[in-house]
Amino acid sequence: MARRVLLVEDEPSIVEAVSFILTRAGWTVHAHADGATALDRARAGAPELVVLDAMLPGRSGFDVLRDLRADPVTAAIPVLMLTARGQERDRDLALRLGATGFMTKPFANAELVAEVRRLAGG
Amino acid sequence: MGDGPGPMGARIRERRQEIGLRQAELAQMVGISPSYLNLIEHGRRRIGGKLLLDLARVLRTDPALLAEVADPARLQALRAAAASGEEAGLRPAPEASRVREMAERFPGWAGLVLHQAQRIDALGLRVTELAARLSHDRDLAAALHRVLSGVTSIRAASGILADDPDLDRDWRDRFLANIRGDSEALAEASRALMRYLEAPERSVPAALSPPDEAELWLDARDHLLPEIETGEPVAGPLPEGPAGEALRRWLALCAEDAAALPLGPFGQAALEEEHDPVRLARRTGRPLVQVMRRLVALPPTGGHPRFALAIADASGTLLHRRRIEGFALPREAACPFWPLFEALAQPGRPVRALAEMPEAEGARFLCHAVAEYRMPAAPDETPCLETVMVACPAPGTPPATAAVPLRPVGPGCRLCLRERCPGRREPSILR
Repeated sequence: MARRVLLVEDEPSIVEAVSFILTRAGWTVHAHADGATALDRARAGAPELVVLDAMLPGRSGFDVLRDLRADPVTAAIPVLMLTARGQERDRDLALRLGATGFMTKPFANAELVAEVRRLAGG
Repeated sequence: MGDGPGPMGARIRERRQEIGLRQAELAQMVGISPSYLNLIEHGRRRIGGKLLLDLARVLRTDPALLAEVADPARLQALRAAAASGEEAGLRPAPEASRVREMAERFPGWAGLVLHQAQRIDALGLRVTELAARLSHDRDLAAALHRVLSGVTSIRAASGILADDPDLDRDWRDRFLANIRGDSEALAEASRALMRYLEAPERSVPAALSPPDEAELWLDARDHLLPEIETGEPVAGPLPEGPAGEALRRWLALCAEDAAALPLGPFGQAALEEEHDPVRLARRTGRPLVQVMRRLVALPPTGGHPRFALAIADASGTLLHRRRIEGFALPREAACPFWPLFEALAQPGRPVRALAEMPEAEGARFLCHAVAEYRMPAAPDETPCLETVMVACPAPGTPPATAAVPLRPVGPGCRLCLRERCPGRREPSILR
């Protein structure tokens, strides 16, 4: 059975490319453009990993991360945050809120796959 | 004194050599011994009075030029400039202990150092403003986000196309279409970003703290608000945010003060009571803190001195300040011996003192301070204690200030020359 990744990202073409890359690497990707539905999905589907964009419209990625960590059902799921390069404050905030890893945009596809594998434990 | 050999002596020596006199000859002409003149020229003896006049006459120069003393405020500013050099790790470090000599012997160079220090301060503020604009401006953040999203998408899609030459045709067409769409969006986002960066001056979010921003606004008007006196709205826009709110509260307070103590009669009373706030409070029947605020509103014409004003809360944090020349009370880490802080010990009791700055001919300020509880908004609310101080340059000669206790003060430990001060918290960087 394919392993599940939850992708929370609002840019359709990034969603498409990342979904394609991770699917080809053997993952099942569920993508959501907004934080609220992504949280519902995380609680219901127990993904192995969440790939979470920091800059989402409405509730930011940080709000979503905070909620993930506050809920016992989702608190232990590894979260890979996608942040803008050089945004030290974003990284510090994500770290304090319990992010498991970071990836700065734009990233190389191979780097993304390697990081997802690492955080999900191979 | 810590300011090195007296430059007066150096100027006497320079002038003597200019006109080709030997030390013994000059000494004889003014009726002193050559060894005494030697001590004077090396700054080991300070002189004045008749001897200074005699030397100036023989040296065919103005006694004021020989005796010229640097302005304490200028010395303070030069020390601050030296301190910044020390903090920057300059080697050799600026000779902060010889600031007076520098200011008096080389007034032009001293002026240049001050001018450049002020220019650096202004540029530093501008850089901070621009950095704040870059990190807080939502328009810019949104423009950069669009650029970054476009680049991320194009990079991911082109990576897929490059890595997999046998990609299914439908997928290839789809990613090519995405790249085309994203590249067009990226081009537009880039153009928007350039328009943003090339836009003429726009309002920048201030990097100053709200009290500093409010002070800057009042400084630009020298804290004099003629509109308030006539009940008109204040000219010019107020800053936005907390600084604007603080200023609105202050202006409302000033308007209350102006209504209670109209400027004309108050100015006349101030002259008659020698600008003593306690006497003025008794005469007008108004609260002492209100009288103190009104002293600051007096115009500089008409025989009124300029008053500095400082208001702090019970923690010693400065809430409001009007600076005047030579009055160095920093917003943080101030010298604890200012009457402003002493007044906190006994709310309601006025404190009067002659504050003396640490320079050799230290500027003196006649200070009046009082601490008062601000009326709480509700019966159970903790009342806030605030201390208010006015200070004006002290009349130079007794007996006007003879009865007033002298209080050695300074700006704060780091810029203070008093080595053996009981209040010293940390070493001075001027030693």
